[in-house]
Amino acid sequence: MKTKIRKIVTFVEDTRTEMGQPVNPPTRRAAAAAVIENPFAGKYVEDLTELMEIGEELGALLTERAVAALGIPGASAESYGKAAAVGENGELEHAAAILHPKLGTPVRKTLGKGAALIPSSKKRGGPGVALDIPLGHKDAAFVRSHFDGMEIRINDAPRANEILVAIAVTDSGRPLPRVGGLTKDQIKGEDGLR
Amino acid sequence: MPEVQLRKRVIVVEEIFHEGGPVAAVPLRRAAALAVIHNPFGGKYVPEIAGFMEDLNPLGLEMAKAIVAALGGDPKIVEGYGKGAIVGQAGELEHGALWHVPGGYAMRELLGNAKAIVASTKKVGGPGTRLDVPITHINASYVRSHFDSMEVGIADAPKANEILLALVMTTGPRVHARVGGLKASEIKGQDGLR
Repeated sequence: MKTKIRKIVTFVEDTRTEMGQPVNPPTRRAAAAAVIENPFAGKYVEDLTELMEIGEELGALLTERAVAALGIPGASAESYGKAAAVGENGELEHAAAILHPKLGTPVRKTLGKGAALIPSSKKRGGPGVALDIPLGHKDAAFVRSHFDGMEIRINDAPRANEILVAIAVTDSGRPLPRVGGLTKDQIKGEDGLR
Repeated sequence: MPEVQLRKRVIVVEEIFHEGGPVAAVPLRRAAALAVIHNPFGGKYVPEIAGFMEDLNPLGLEMAKAIVAALGGDPKIVEGYGKGAIVGQAGELEHGALWHVPGGYAMRELLGNAKAIVASTKKVGGPGTRLDVPITHINASYVRSHFDSMEVGIADAPKANEILLALVMTTGPRVHARVGGLKASEIKGQDGLR
């Protein structure tokens, strides 16, 4: 593996009630995050190919971890998202190189279809910085019940020369969705939008 | 005593390969189970609260089992433990102290005859408050390599009338432990200390 990983952290959240109302079945989200060495920390490098390849490796590894943490087959996943936080000696473009060119293909391979854009966010920050991973339905971005986000943080990452990369996967939308819009049973799933 | 009302549960697993030194042959894992429950005593001073400890026993056991499951299912790999609580702002610190007995009971029940006192901490805080849960060896508190901690927290908890309960277990020493002291191999294991 090209990626030099210091640690991997997985998070699973089950929501059982919201405002006193039972959530049945509970909504469940998982995120898997890797803390990796930034090969380009502290210098300007024009060609970011190496980070793109790291993104490809992490797309497979982190999606598998997240799905395993939920205990579901990949095809049962409903929404997804990705995010990265670059340590202070790196640049935002390093996060972009990991997240955008090659990470998505192995994510979709693990989850089945995945026609929708994988929503993403990125930032630069120090250890303990909060990462808000946006979430959207994997086959139809306009499914309103699945617009969501998951906050994660790791107290000792990213260090200055590291990048924190995270992928979130759910088996459900928000706990008690009731703001209308496209529902998951209306998905056509052809264009990734509806 | 009131029924335990669970809003949300979170499982976090950290897998640590190195921290700048040699990559560990077996990565250290730290796992936490967090439960967000309604505080039945929020907003008022209730003199008699101790009966709630017994009500928390089944939840504690469920959390301990969830940690062991997240670590692969074998309680024998657990070497360190700790517990903690964050009380929402409508509660008092004493409500966090309700977790001492059931939290300890739950882990001992599952880990066999773990002899050491379960290290703990607690505080009052708002949503997103972080807690550094202290960790020591399960059979001998003085094992220096196993003095550790795990930072936990949930973005949307505890709300004012909630309590966030935490249990934490680890599978070994700090990843580059090298500051001497009592070793795990030297434990006599009679008094829970050495």
